[in-house]
Amino acid sequence: MGKLTIPEEEYMLEGHMGCLGCGGTLAMRYLLKGLGKDTILSIPACCWAIMMGSFPYTNLKVPMHNSAFEVTGAAISGIEAALKVKGKEHINVVGFAGDGGTIDIGFQALSGCVERGHNVFYVCYDNEAYMNTGIQRSGSTPVGAWTTTTPVGKTGDWKKAPKKNAVEIMVAHKIPYTATASVAYPEDYIKKVLKGKETKGPKYYQVLSPCPTGWKYPPEKTVEIGRLAVQTCIYPLYEVVNGRYNITFKPAKKKPVKEYFELQGRFRHLPEKVIEEIQQSVDKDWEILQRKVEMTKDL
Amino acid sequence: MSTTSIEKTEKHTTTTKTGVKKVMHGNYAASYGAKVARAEVIAAYPITPQSQVVEKIAEFTSSGEMKAQYIKVESEQSAMAALITASQTGARTFTATSAHGLTLMHELLMWASGARLPIVMVNVNRAMAPPWSVWAEHTDSIAQRDTGWMQFYCETSQEILDTIIQCYKVCEQEDIMLPALINEDAFYLSHTVEPVEVPHQELVDKYLPPFNPKPELTLNPDHPAVFGSLSKPDEWYPEFRWMIHEAMERAKKRIKDADSEFGKIFGRSYGGLLDLYKCDDAEVVLMCAGTLASTTREAIDELRNEGKKVGLARIRTFRPFPVEDIRALAEKVQAIGVMDRCFTFGYEGPFFTEVKGALYHANNKPKLKGYITGMGGRDVDVQLVKKIFADMYKVKDGKQDAETVWVDLKADVNNMNAWLKVR
Repeated sequence: MGKLTIPEEEYMLEGHMGCLGCGGTLAMRYLLKGLGKDTILSIPACCWAIMMGSFPYTNLKVPMHNSAFEVTGAAISGIEAALKVKGKEHINVVGFAGDGGTIDIGFQALSGCVERGHNVFYVCYDNEAYMNTGIQRSGSTPVGAWTTTTPVGKTGDWKKAPKKNAVEIMVAHKIPYTATASVAYPEDYIKKVLKGKETKGPKYYQVLSPCPTGWKYPPEKTVEIGRLAVQTCIYPLYEVVNGRYNITFKPAKKKPVKEYFELQGRFRHLPEKVIEEIQQSVDKDWEILQRKVEMTKDL
Repeated sequence: MSTTSIEKTEKHTTTTKTGVKKVMHGNYAASYGAKVARAEVIAAYPITPQSQVVEKIAEFTSSGEMKAQYIKVESEQSAMAALITASQTGARTFTATSAHGLTLMHELLMWASGARLPIVMVNVNRAMAPPWSVWAEHTDSIAQRDTGWMQFYCETSQEILDTIIQCYKVCEQEDIMLPALINEDAFYLSHTVEPVEVPHQELVDKYLPPFNPKPELTLNPDHPAVFGSLSKPDEWYPEFRWMIHEAMERAKKRIKDADSEFGKIFGRSYGGLLDLYKCDDAEVVLMCAGTLASTTREAIDELRNEGKKVGLARIRTFRPFPVEDIRALAEKVQAIGVMDRCFTFGYEGPFFTEVKGALYHANNKPKLKGYITGMGGRDVDVQLVKKIFADMYKVKDGKQDAETVWVDLKADVNNMNAWLKVR
């Protein structure tokens, strides 16, 4: 039997209020396993504002602060500053927010926070829509997806704009560490969290967290779908360390995006032609990413 | 006045038993207030006419005179959000803003009071656009009435500095734990210099103990807890709101106590919630907030020389509202006028509404009239206040023409089109 690499300590206990098969719970569980006890979380409006339980209950073993939807970046800046005053700089300060709270309404506060260079973790658990309010499109919803505000209808009104690339925008802020991760690859995710603990300054993680309720698939397929997102290169796993790109999981054979789409109701309406266009776009992005690795390898 | 010339005047100091007197404007007074109160985390964003507050604090922290973390945030919304978590982590926090900055914070103000955090903020009262205006008006802070913040209105730059220290004293008490907004009128205070005494640090330290919340009430990995989580209708939401109400009620006495204790040490106090001037034998009293009060004092002195029994009741705290003090005042006077440097569209001046409401259950009900004046920074001079007093005498004698009047509009207010054509 191989050696277990995932820490056994649990900081997210049973009894959460999330949906069956929720990828967001895994995003939290693995993160806390990597970070350990000395951690403070700030969470804005999102599924996780509800999932730990209602007052006075919690299923988290670390302190957690609920804040307004749009201010996670500022909220963690404030915690970090106060900990400096108190001489407790060893504590991990973590903003944990959904994609809407990160990439749309919280984007200004996030940009301000990382620009100022606070020593914080910002973790976006990306389920690609406003799930807590009932599956409305966000800037992080991928092209082609059905949501309740891109309801397809008779006019083909699915999400037409591409997913906003927040990861690259974070890289453009010249922060020391940026990474994508997936709940379907926990070893890779935790390794990146541990790397972040060794890095001073702002760290940004975008963790694909499949959502059975919003993506319309059976709850037992969360990990399978999460893996397909990586194996099709729709959601490649990589990190950017001080400007240097590194792909952390390279699929032996890239699978067609169609395999990923077929398992999810949110893409069921897409005509072959559109799937083909998306495939071309994914191929191009994958090529760009590989060239970035090549281009920055000697930096 | 340029920064350099202010700096020059600042160098002329006089040391007294209680502090060092310097010539400065209200904005610097606010910065010195934050410094001597030993604020630990500052998060602020610049806005006219508040900018010098944040500049001066930057000077203090850069020179090492002030040991604080200063987060130069990218918006006022983020300023308040950062202070909320910093305060929840156990730090003493301070910021300053004005008008559009304050209204941008609106949502976060409720987060601060709901979380029971003793944040202290200075707001430079400025009119809201459009049309653009950077001059004095109280609409920005009055629009925050229901956010659960205490609200103070200052008459002098010295009062700004002293009120900051007093507010930390009140806000951080374990059974109060509420935030406070300290208002200063744009330009009348923010940019006008006057001698201000910066209290000696050791005296401030004696008056104001450090902020030391219980570890289990802060974000602390040794005491993991969730702050601000969901509360359902049949659980605790109304009870949490009731607790804020009770703390506000308790604060009435604590503000008075803090003010008189401050007076004993520093020789200055400000009347607690309602600052009375020559009201003991007054027949007619004008009420107002902020710098309108200074002009009113002058008008009163002149009218007293003419034998008129007039007085001033300056509303120092809008929240908690001094209901009991106003009722006590009403026992003695025949007519009360209320000057509002703001307006609630669809009704009347907000201070006037509150005063009327306070007097509904009073034993003695004086005659009342509202006066809207000084909007958008329009100057209110002694002559105008004397005219208002003259009108109040008519009201006292039962000749009331209206419930509220706008007293300083241009005579041709309905003729703007003709005026534009002439231009």
